[in-house]
Amino acid sequence: MNDAFGHPQSVVVLGGTSDIAQKVVTLLAAERCRSVVLAGRDPVTLEDAAVGLRRSVARVAAVPLDATTTENVDKTVMQCFEAAAEAVDLVIVAVGELGFQETDEVDPDRTAQMITVNFTWPAAALSAVAAHLKGQGHGRIVVLSSVAGYRVRRSNYIYGSAKAGLDGFAQGLGEALVGTGVTVHVVRPGFVRTKMTAGRPPAPFAVGPERVASDIVRGLERGQMVIWSPGVLKWVFSTLRLLPQTLWRRLPG
Amino acid sequence: MTVTVVASPQPLSGWGRTATTTAMVSRPVDAASIELALHTQSGGIIARGLGRSYGDAAQCSGGLTIDASALSNIGVLDEVSGTIEVGGGVSLHDLMRHIIPSGWFVAVTPGTRYVSVGGAIAADVHGKNHHRDGSFANHVVEMTLVTPTGTVTVSPDRDPELFWATAGGMGLTGVVISATLRLIPIETSWIQVDSQRFTRLKDLMTTMEETDDEYRYSVAWLDCVGHRDGNYRSVLTRGDHAPSGAIPDRLRARSREIPGDPRIRVPRSAPRRLVNRMSVRALNEAWFRGSTTSVGSLHPLAGFFHPLDGVGDWNLLYGPAGFVQYQFAVPPERSDLVGEAVGAIASSGIPSFLAVLKRFGPGTPGPLSFSQEGWTLALDFPLGPTGLPALLDSLDEAVAYAGGRVYLAKDARLRPELLPVMYPRLRDMNAVCRRVDPEGVLASDLSRRLGISG
Repeated sequence: MNDAFGHPQSVVVLGGTSDIAQKVVTLLAAERCRSVVLAGRDPVTLEDAAVGLRRSVARVAAVPLDATTTENVDKTVMQCFEAAAEAVDLVIVAVGELGFQETDEVDPDRTAQMITVNFTWPAAALSAVAAHLKGQGHGRIVVLSSVAGYRVRRSNYIYGSAKAGLDGFAQGLGEALVGTGVTVHVVRPGFVRTKMTAGRPPAPFAVGPERVASDIVRGLERGQMVIWSPGVLKWVFSTLRLLPQTLWRRLPG
Repeated sequence: MTVTVVASPQPLSGWGRTATTTAMVSRPVDAASIELALHTQSGGIIARGLGRSYGDAAQCSGGLTIDASALSNIGVLDEVSGTIEVGGGVSLHDLMRHIIPSGWFVAVTPGTRYVSVGGAIAADVHGKNHHRDGSFANHVVEMTLVTPTGTVTVSPDRDPELFWATAGGMGLTGVVISATLRLIPIETSWIQVDSQRFTRLKDLMTTMEETDDEYRYSVAWLDCVGHRDGNYRSVLTRGDHAPSGAIPDRLRARSREIPGDPRIRVPRSAPRRLVNRMSVRALNEAWFRGSTTSVGSLHPLAGFFHPLDGVGDWNLLYGPAGFVQYQFAVPPERSDLVGEAVGAIASSGIPSFLAVLKRFGPGTPGPLSFSQEGWTLALDFPLGPTGLPALLDSLDEAVAYAGGRVYLAKDARLRPELLPVMYPRLRDMNAVCRRVDPEGVLASDLSRRLGISG
């Protein structure tokens, strides 16, 4: 069960190799979390993550996940809930791929795949997760969106537009779930120094995954529906969104 | 006759409005419909009275919640034995309105009249007279309980294990459909109150230790926010039911006045949290200045026992995020923990509205019954301050290792590992649960969170 502070006892992570998600689970393990199911694509990194978490979480299970195809979304989600072996209090949707804009935008197959991994698969998974949590009578869903989706830019518009879609989908789902005991929390991090962004030049207000994780846990404690990380980005991007396109285009990075 | 259980899904939370979950809710009218529900439901069942436990005790995520409000029968008052049989869903408010005109009162009342008899038993509630009269279950002559293995009537002599596991058992042994309560005779509905102000916690506690026994009712209110140099202000109020001779002529006509409904209500739309550091400080200041040292002043019992019942839905003042109540008890030799806890809260800067301090007499044999001899301190906190979860975790540990415990009727966040430390007879509770509920049908969010039974 979730306690009064929104600290869960049982967590499922879709995209279990995500640095941010792992840090969130580590923080939650210091509170009340005792069971984690990690679902991810690469079995080796997934097992590494599971080993790391076993130090602080009593039960850690791993489930294979392939977000490049939407054929078995329902089955994958079902497997995660079965592996949890108890009511799931929190589901973190952290599936995603940053891609390589320059090559992806000239390759229709890659474009489609980027949209699948970042939007179609997570959206389908959210529908499955929502149905399951509704049946349980409670549960929280954390969806990792991005500031990249808040106003889409030239430099990463495939990733950004997919996140924009996911962000809107998650907010709409949250509205649909009002009164069911299930809530959706959209996280909008800025540039985060993780293995996903390794080798890329950091943007202003870049933070580590620990910071994003603690913002997420604080957001859950306060019941925030939209969690910006770092918090200042809420004001930065609310302003940037109003810039004329010509100015927006000229911004560096 | 066919019995059907009509149920509809509803989001439910405790009085603190945290950790809302959804369950089917049905409102059975008799034992047969409850038995049917217990035999057909999968996914857990728990009874719910008036929803005044602060945390997640009276909700069952994804299962069935039994709304006890239809079990509202008030039986005939037996003036010879001073007892009355009432339905499990009867509120103490309605019961008091029924018996006060005849010169009777409940033996134990908590700080609100808006609790059901079933809930009062399930939490084994206590009042300002615990140091003399014990808790609610001490005054239950017998009760009828619908369990998954049948409907039984239990008392301290008939199946005492089940009786005491039900007292404080948070509804996990079955649904209390009726109970016979022992009442106390009163001459008037007024309380004669002696009130004393203190500026040092130590003086307050010494006074309580030395002279509480002279009073039936005793409670102290503490200001954790407006402290000076580690000194905490407090007001001790103690009293007893006023005899008719003490009522002045101008109050004669009102000598057995019954408590009314709240005169004001917090609107549902109150959006912002009105309880914050500033308002708590101001309110505590006003309250301390407004309390004077006095002897024998007359108060209507509603104002004395249930000051917050005058404001309907006062929990909404904490805003949509809600609040947590924290109440612990420690043995008499660990009275130092009271000062330590108050100090930790004050230095954390987290606002707590008036804290309530009281001395407990001996506890009951109930394995999950909260009260135990010593001291109890109750506090409430708005949700939101960053350090609050950690502060309460550290208080839990200190309390557990001092041989104390926290009150499950108020809990919404205890670390499950500490439950068997605080309630060492948890095993006895689980044994009774296995006997009357072998399939583990009875469950609440609280029982799942803390791992009680099952």
